[in-house]
Amino acid sequence: MLRPEILSALQAAVGEEWCLTSKADLVAYSYDATPLYQRLPDAVVLPRTTEEVAAVMRVAHEHRIPVHTRGAGTNLAAGTVPAEGGIVLSLNRMNKILEIDQENLTATAEAGVITADLHKAVEAVGLFYPPDPGSMTSSTLGGNVMESAGGLRGLKYGVTKDYVMGLTAVTADGRIFRAGGKNVKDVAGYDLVKLICGSEGTLCIVTEVTLKLLPIPETKRTALAAFPDMEAAARAVSKIIAARIIPCTLEFMDNGTIRAVEEYVGLGLPTDAAALLLIQQDGPASVCDADIARIAEICRQEGATNVEHASDPAEQDRLMQARRWALSALARRKPTTILEDATVPRSQIAPMVAQIQRIAEKYRLDICTFGHAGDGNLHPTCMTDERNKEELERVEQAFAEIFAAALELGGTITGEHGVGEAKSPYLEWKVGPVGIELMKNIKKAFDPHHILNPGKLFAGETRKRVVVRQ
Amino acid sequence: MKVQISEDLVLNCMRCGFCLPACPTYREKQVESASPRGRIALMRAVMEDKLDILDIADPLDACLGCRACEPACPAGVTYGAILEQGRAQLAEVRPLPGVVRWAYRWLLGTPGGIKFSAWALWLYQKLHLSSLVRRLNLVEKIGGKGLADMEKVIPPVASPAQRAARKPAYPAVGARRYRVAFFLGCLSDIVFFETNQNAIDVLTRLGCDVELPAGQGCCGAVHSHAGEHAMAVEQAKRNIAAFEAGGYDFIVSTAGGCGAALREYDKLLADDPDWADRARAFSARCRDFSELVEQLGPVPMGEMPGTYTYQDSCHLRNVQKVAAPPRNLLKALPGARFVELPEADRCCGAAGTYMITQALMSDRILDDKSEKVRETGASTLVVANTPCHLEMLEGIQRAGLADQVQVRHIADVVAEAVRKAAPAGEEA
Repeated sequence: MLRPEILSALQAAVGEEWCLTSKADLVAYSYDATPLYQRLPDAVVLPRTTEEVAAVMRVAHEHRIPVHTRGAGTNLAAGTVPAEGGIVLSLNRMNKILEIDQENLTATAEAGVITADLHKAVEAVGLFYPPDPGSMTSSTLGGNVMESAGGLRGLKYGVTKDYVMGLTAVTADGRIFRAGGKNVKDVAGYDLVKLICGSEGTLCIVTEVTLKLLPIPETKRTALAAFPDMEAAARAVSKIIAARIIPCTLEFMDNGTIRAVEEYVGLGLPTDAAALLLIQQDGPASVCDADIARIAEICRQEGATNVEHASDPAEQDRLMQARRWALSALARRKPTTILEDATVPRSQIAPMVAQIQRIAEKYRLDICTFGHAGDGNLHPTCMTDERNKEELERVEQAFAEIFAAALELGGTITGEHGVGEAKSPYLEWKVGPVGIELMKNIKKAFDPHHILNPGKLFAGETRKRVVVRQ
Repeated sequence: MKVQISEDLVLNCMRCGFCLPACPTYREKQVESASPRGRIALMRAVMEDKLDILDIADPLDACLGCRACEPACPAGVTYGAILEQGRAQLAEVRPLPGVVRWAYRWLLGTPGGIKFSAWALWLYQKLHLSSLVRRLNLVEKIGGKGLADMEKVIPPVASPAQRAARKPAYPAVGARRYRVAFFLGCLSDIVFFETNQNAIDVLTRLGCDVELPAGQGCCGAVHSHAGEHAMAVEQAKRNIAAFEAGGYDFIVSTAGGCGAALREYDKLLADDPDWADRARAFSARCRDFSELVEQLGPVPMGEMPGTYTYQDSCHLRNVQKVAAPPRNLLKALPGARFVELPEADRCCGAAGTYMITQALMSDRILDDKSEKVRETGASTLVVANTPCHLEMLEGIQRAGLADQVQVRHIADVVAEAVRKAAPAGEEA
């Protein structure tokens, strides 16, 4: 409970209507998309402008109240759960696209703009914003920046941080600052923009972003290939890249995922295939045609049992269906779906998938894997039931072992979901004690009183690292 | 009958948030408690005894029940079922006002009540009571602004003589292809008697024997949406009993919302051993008018000049999964131009009785809809459900478009086109 004078200061900052404290509203902002994490805030504040955000932060700073910023709450690492209570600062109302600059090829938008809405707006004028996280129809740009969200097009086009050129933000004590801008070249001091990207709301509050745009690719081609074993699929991925082709999308589904999709939607997929690769290339028609033909050839050479490719939009759509239904098909199997994002260098995909399968068997769990084969970003997905406490124990152990296995293969604990609270016990495994110390010092420089998204990134206690036996 | 919020249904929500942009009330209000994910989290908190059902009355009342969140959900959460459980629980501690409950039970909830209501409304219009009532602002005083707005747009209803002339069965023109039972509905038949007659006419011309089984009543949607589960079950059983004896090929309705309720009798009665099988058999035969007409096609149609657009009925689209047939019929109209209404799949704000009980939010959504209709430049806005029909009549009037845009039911449009192609008696 916030003291009445604090509450009235917040109401003065954003208007009474946008300061929520009813029991129902507090419950409604107690979670994000991460299963098993929930904590009630003391108040929910929905500012409309950067100035209002600054006013809220001045109140929070004065009274040392935790502030957990969020957009659509689609985070999968409990990054937006108000771990230490206090204020949930929801930026959804800041949802205006401010400018699409066709000379400088930039878009400037408020943090609460939905990613897919930006896509639509820039595509309407023949431009292209590549980052396409899985939740793009509901996620917000502010959240994307704070997690440096990835997506299906990461392989060719990179991730959110590669597109953020400038931003407007509010400091922990309520001052407004700008970093970066529309300059392609800008080395004036430390690169605060890149530092803030992926900082998960722990350094400052981003209220506006200036994003780099590209001309929209002329067209697309799609191919779908089925492989009898995982190694063959992985070899095909490596050969495609070695052939100097960077597809815009190179997605992968394991046998468990293929069967789940087939059971649910019945697309006629080969349920005996060990892996499916879904490949898309964009660009000028002649280049796409040549690339897709070459990709199909490589897949066949590497032992693909079935290769389909399409140029007709409806046909392409049909081929994309399998990947699009993956999460739905898995999510329907059991009440609780835990979706992780352990990531390895592209060359290590086959051993990583084998490790995941071994770990799933060891802990007697239902884990299927799909993901972005082209950039090594996998989504081992565990179907479980949160009421089964004994199984949840095993799920936690299994994921700890999966993260350890990814690190052994030169990978990382999270490719695109962020550390949040859920993966904070593992961060030190990846960055080491020196890395943690540097990060904590950076945090201190931005947020000396530790009021910005406390309880995230840095764990109270690092988990003992699991030793993976090959 | 005590209805609990089902743990199994609630736990299926993985809180991914994919439903947020699909939800009209979330889009208007931008707060989580106005979203499907938020409402499910609140009902879960009630189920876990962390909140009292009265704590979440406002968020539940503010839901349109349009179920646009269901197609958007990757995990297949049955939001509509959870919402009805929540509302049933709410109705136990916060019963409907006595007069509303009485009207639901007797005026809409019995075949006799429906007949009486139709007669009373005709008399009210015939005696020009409306001008007096409007001068005194009586409807608004008794039933609120939403009811008053609706009262103003109700078109003249059929007379008792017209109703008495209705036959219990209409034979197929030419060779019979199917035997069809027609579901009339309550409000639909009271206010849009003519639309039902038009639909019957089209079906007979396409080779259907159409029968109007006696003993049918209201579909029960109005009851279950208000949390009156027992009354809804009563309606379902009455209708199943009225329709099952005839051995019909199809049960057809013209109202997207009623059809959706009929199609979900199997779920409503799934746990009742005496009725589950009968309900399944009933629901499996249900079709929307446009769906069956498309199946029976091609439909011979005459010139229908004009620009047409179409507003989905939420329950026709999201529950009955019928979206293409009405559009296909309109695209096939000779001499007509069809323009897709942007965001046609979003609720118009009618949402059954929502337009009466939540008039302010309803009007916000409606005005946005009318603006989009204006931008299409359409001369006819086609609808497929009764509350949408009334709501859009109101919306077009509020937007000052009454001179430019006609609001018509798909059955009325198709009937006119079919008659233009072959006036009665000329049919082969």
